[in-house]
Amino acid sequence: MDAAHSATTMLISNYVFPNDLHVHWSMMIVLYPYITGLVDGAFIIAALYYLFDVKSLKPVARFSLLFAMAFLAIATLPLLLHLGRPERNFNMLLTPSPSSAMAGFGYIYAVSMGVLTFIILFVYRPDLVALRSQSKGLMKLLYRALTFDSTDLSKDAMALDQKIIRFLVGIGIPIAVVLHGYVGFIFGGVKANPTWSTPLMPVIFLFSACVSGVSAIILAYIVIRKIKGRSIDHGCIKTCINTLTLFFILAFSFEMLEVFSHSYLKSGYHHMVEGLLNGPLANSFWLWQVKICSILPLFILGVLGFFTIKKHIYNFMAAIVSAILLLQVLIMRWNVVIGGQLMSKSARGYTEFHPEWFDKEGILAVIIVMSIPFVILFVLGRIFPFWTSDNETKVKQTITNN
Amino acid sequence: MNRRSFVKKVLNGTIAGSLYLVWPMGSDSLEILKQTPEQIPGIRDKEYDILNQEFAFIVDITRCIGCGSCCVADKREYNVPDGNYRTWVERYVKGFSDNIYVDSPNGGLDGYQQPRSDIDEKIRDTFFVPKLCNMCTQAPCVQVCPVGATFTSPDGFVLVDEKRCVGCAYCIQACPYSVRFLHPDTKTVEKCTWCYQRVRKGLLPACVDVCPTGARKFGSMKDQTSEVYEILKGPGVLTVLKKEMGTFPALYYKGARREVI
Repeated sequence: MDAAHSATTMLISNYVFPNDLHVHWSMMIVLYPYITGLVDGAFIIAALYYLFDVKSLKPVARFSLLFAMAFLAIATLPLLLHLGRPERNFNMLLTPSPSSAMAGFGYIYAVSMGVLTFIILFVYRPDLVALRSQSKGLMKLLYRALTFDSTDLSKDAMALDQKIIRFLVGIGIPIAVVLHGYVGFIFGGVKANPTWSTPLMPVIFLFSACVSGVSAIILAYIVIRKIKGRSIDHGCIKTCINTLTLFFILAFSFEMLEVFSHSYLKSGYHHMVEGLLNGPLANSFWLWQVKICSILPLFILGVLGFFTIKKHIYNFMAAIVSAILLLQVLIMRWNVVIGGQLMSKSARGYTEFHPEWFDKEGILAVIIVMSIPFVILFVLGRIFPFWTSDNETKVKQTITNN
Repeated sequence: MNRRSFVKKVLNGTIAGSLYLVWPMGSDSLEILKQTPEQIPGIRDKEYDILNQEFAFIVDITRCIGCGSCCVADKREYNVPDGNYRTWVERYVKGFSDNIYVDSPNGGLDGYQQPRSDIDEKIRDTFFVPKLCNMCTQAPCVQVCPVGATFTSPDGFVLVDEKRCVGCAYCIQACPYSVRFLHPDTKTVEKCTWCYQRVRKGLLPACVDVCPTGARKFGSMKDQTSEVYEILKGPGVLTVLKKEMGTFPALYYKGARREVI
């Protein structure tokens, strides 16, 4: 831009516009894309099984749906905590402004929720019918409601169910892509912010969403099965890790492409972006997001992909790499959302962000928000059994064999 | 006083009070308004044709002395909470090495009474830049507001309906000029309105009214005798801030150096 002499002249005064000192989108807006990302990634695993017939993913397919549901159920919570006037949130649905990208959220969210609910109900229908006959009282009533009072498990009915599931998952994929690509667009569509304003933003968000969701499924599957003392399906973990590797290579490449484009094109306010990544974000971006949480996992994924490793070591490494990648995506969200706001629109300085503990968008609130899906998941697990029954018999057989 | 006379007095008082509320007595504010000379000609005493208006705001940087009167007037007009600014004045200092030093302590509210003491090099030039809402004709804040709380009025003012605002702060992110803030009490977004309520009464924006040097100019483009019309019609060079954002502001700067962002 023509006002700039050089990077040094621009930044010498570290001048921040007086209204830019405060970071308006804080940790709740970091969590929101993180949560929708987890939903999307988990849904992708389910879609691979139910739509693309990746048979090895069977052990986690149903669980992924419930996992997605547990997180989708609270996806609006961080937004409500963030809004200055949360009681007016329905205005977005009732009187949306068609020119605003944000106005679409309520509709996209509602459609995703509806589709996911129906997928779960159809996928679980045989189990729910069986559970209905075994349960009593209130639970019986609940199962009766969840099966819409239908106990028809005939061949024709099941074939129809399969068709419906494939159809719902089929439309579920574009909806999931829109749900999270849209979140990326919320940021990518802000031309006033040079780190956000890139068409790559929805793409980066989408791939990193898949990374976080698949990682979460791998980690949750391994941890829950270990705690319960049940077997871990190695073929399933292997397919998950391969999927994760693909998505992570794409996500990391695009993240780096964005940085490279800024520094190569040297357009607009590139000096501000460079100054941000090498200044206030030097640690959280280069050290944590890139070196520790991206290059290290790439190395581990490479080892898992190219070498023959004993099953239990493979599973252990899979859990570790998933945990690191979950952190990577969280840090990436932080660097985009909060990092982007550290640059003042004066193009001459950076503000600071210090998280608070007891604010409604503070650290404690973050911990509470992120704990709720696990409570929901636990409750869902009481109603919808996580693991398929044939898998369980296999476990019993292995136990008896031993 | 016995009970009977007490009840009588209460009743009389109630009736008189009610009449006082409903009787047309003329508003005090309007009385005061009549005593105040019209500052924007052609607005009072006729119906305001909202569809046929165009206003412009010009900041003449060569005239600003950094006294901070405009900031004080604005803060008093709107009771702006501390630490937030509907308008502010920046001080630019340019050294002989072409280094630019910018500051705006307390948004310039206290006026720039002392020179900067933290600059080592020889100073080539110094000037003040008042900032306020750019009233973009292609306003990004209006585009992104999810509930239509931020809107452009038919007469070209970008305004916020605080009864509709949900406080999502998307407009704050979208504004390239950072003129918006979230009011700490109402939790809704607030910004400079070019004193729309004053303009509708034929009065100049508060900051323009108090500016002792005429650095802030406001007027109707429909009035060919107005100063802003003369300037915008004339050959002088005017610029807008962050032209590359494609926001097409109705706020123009006269004498703004290329260092001004």
